[in-house]
Amino acid sequence: MNAWFTKQRRLIDFTLASLLRRKGRNLGLLAVYALLVFVLASAMLYAHALRREAAIILEGAPEVVLQRLVAGRHDLIPPGHLERIGRVRGVQEMRGRLWGYYYDPVVKANYTFLVPPDNGIAKGTLVVGPALARERGMSENTGISFRSYSGELFSFVVADVLPQASELASADLVLINEEDFRAFFAYPAGHYTDIALSVANPAEVRNIAIKLSKQLPDSRPILREEMQRTYASLFDWREGIMLALLSASILAFAILAWEKASGLSADEKREIGILKAIGWETGDVIKMKLWEGGLISLTAFLLGFVGAYLHVFKFGAPLFAPVLKGWAVLYPRFDLVPVIDGLQVATLFFFTVFPYMAAVLVPIWRAAVTDPDAVMRS
Amino acid sequence: MIELRDVRKAFNQGQHNEYWALSGISLAIEAKQVTALRGPSGSGKTTLLTLIGCLARPTSGRVTLHGRDISGLPERFLTDIRRKTFGFVFQQFNLIKGLSAIENVMLPAYPTGRPHRELAARAEALLERLRLAHRRDARVEWLSGGEQQRVAIARALINDPEVLIADEPTANLDTALAKEFMAILESFGAEGRTVILTSHDPLVVESAAVNRVVDMRDGLLVAP
Ligand SMILES: Nc1ncnc2c1ncn2[C@@H]1O[C@H](COP(=O)(O)OP(=O)(O)OP(=O)(O)O)[C@@H](O)[C@H]1O
Ligand SMILES: [Mg+2]
Repeated sequence: MNAWFTKQRRLIDFTLASLLRRKGRNLGLLAVYALLVFVLASAMLYAHALRREAAIILEGAPEVVLQRLVAGRHDLIPPGHLERIGRVRGVQEMRGRLWGYYYDPVVKANYTFLVPPDNGIAKGTLVVGPALARERGMSENTGISFRSYSGELFSFVVADVLPQASELASADLVLINEEDFRAFFAYPAGHYTDIALSVANPAEVRNIAIKLSKQLPDSRPILREEMQRTYASLFDWREGIMLALLSASILAFAILAWEKASGLSADEKREIGILKAIGWETGDVIKMKLWEGGLISLTAFLLGFVGAYLHVFKFGAPLFAPVLKGWAVLYPRFDLVPVIDGLQVATLFFFTVFPYMAAVLVPIWRAAVTDPDAVMRS
Repeated sequence: MIELRDVRKAFNQGQHNEYWALSGISLAIEAKQVTALRGPSGSGKTTLLTLIGCLARPTSGRVTLHGRDISGLPERFLTDIRRKTFGFVFQQFNLIKGLSAIENVMLPAYPTGRPHRELAARAEALLERLRLAHRRDARVEWLSGGEQQRVAIARALINDPEVLIADEPTANLDTALAKEFMAILESFGAEGRTVILTSHDPLVVESAAVNRVVDMRDGLLVAP
């Protein structure tokens, strides 16, 4: 066992020395390889994090949201509307929601003001999202003032900052007391923004929606499953574009790797001949080349992956900005919450490291089984 | 120690350019002797060395080492025997460029898994003995021809082989360096090491260090 380790260490030593001898070529290859992993991993991490954000948003969303329309435009739910709907079979709970957008000229961003269902925020206080807290330098017990749309200045005390479970869902969120909300936005008493319905049996959601449309022709039901589908297609579309961009780079890399790995240079061939003549077995030569391929591909993978992680989660994926414009418009600024999916990492690993190792082995095999006596005649 | 019986070697057998480099060689090589193969270019000296040194297998005939038939052994066993029994000094030295002298010397021992400390000490001692200790960390392509050859000799000795095989060891050396090589050869003879070499060079074959000269022509031995 000890001898085995010593032997592997010597093989690695030799491999490293060999790699350093062809510094330029190997560094170039490493750079291209790492870049490929970087781009692929960035796309994967980004798509995965977005999906997770969407899942979190939708998880808390009600099965059906009822909006009132006036002249085809979203309008407030007037008093008595809830009662007018009455009881609908299959609907567990029905309640009016209060929320609205506020544009903060100080940081040039939109916030979502929301009254939580239990109206559990004390009067005069706010609970704010992490991005907002960051932008305006808020923490517990800091005071903050907002100028309402009517021009009046309102002061609040921050009671808490939301945890950073999901930036998309909570980054720009401001939880507020109902009375404060109505006062701040000059919201007429008894009016609501929309109505949230919770449905116990998902199979009934569609029927309930049809019933509601019939009963309230001036209202539009929005189903959670439809939102899910919209999100899904949005992400699939983005991922599709990214993959199209990537396939070109993968192809380029494949050609490069194949060229470099499968074409043994005359020098390398000669060296393998020498090693065999002085007592290396074919297996030793192959092991040495495996170490070489392994060292290159693992280094490239690590560099690329760590780079991608920083790119996506620390710097907000600036290189993908053009593709992500759509999001940037909806959410002016957000950082994704770091998530790594083991299976995804494994997949990426398999598709980047494995083919390279295979490409390394093919020609080595050919060279290693040639007769060692050729060395005597070089 | 090494016996060849009616050994023949063909290149490209069965093809239009089939060529018999050895056409029936029977020879016994004794241990602890310096044996030189002499003959004109193309007479098959190098080919014979590759058969003795387990670098290639004969097309027909037998090669035995300590009475054990090694002519039909599979590649893996041949490699093992080659590593343990033979050390090679090639005509072109065949050092690995970009590595230092001492790394080149240690190379044949890597697959054995010997501890690095022991290995480095032995390599150091060999370089010392060949008066190359001061050049141990120089890349081999910066060394002179004579220095390169001494690195090649040290490399051939790292696994402490029974037999040292050298193909045209002085072909790339000037007279002074060739004389230096002969001195090294003499010390091997005095140590009782088995050495088999080929040479055109009278300086080599006629030297006192050589115990026996075997003449070859056209793939056959020439009776003395
Ligand atoms: N791989 C090969 N394929 C075909 N012919 C070969 C091969 N190797 C050697 N030969 C031929 O076999 C013959 C003997 O070659 P060998 O190298 O053994 O001669 P040699 O005595 O060592 O000559 P020199 O003194 O020039 O080194 C030569 O005619 C050579 O052309
Ligand atoms: Mg020759």
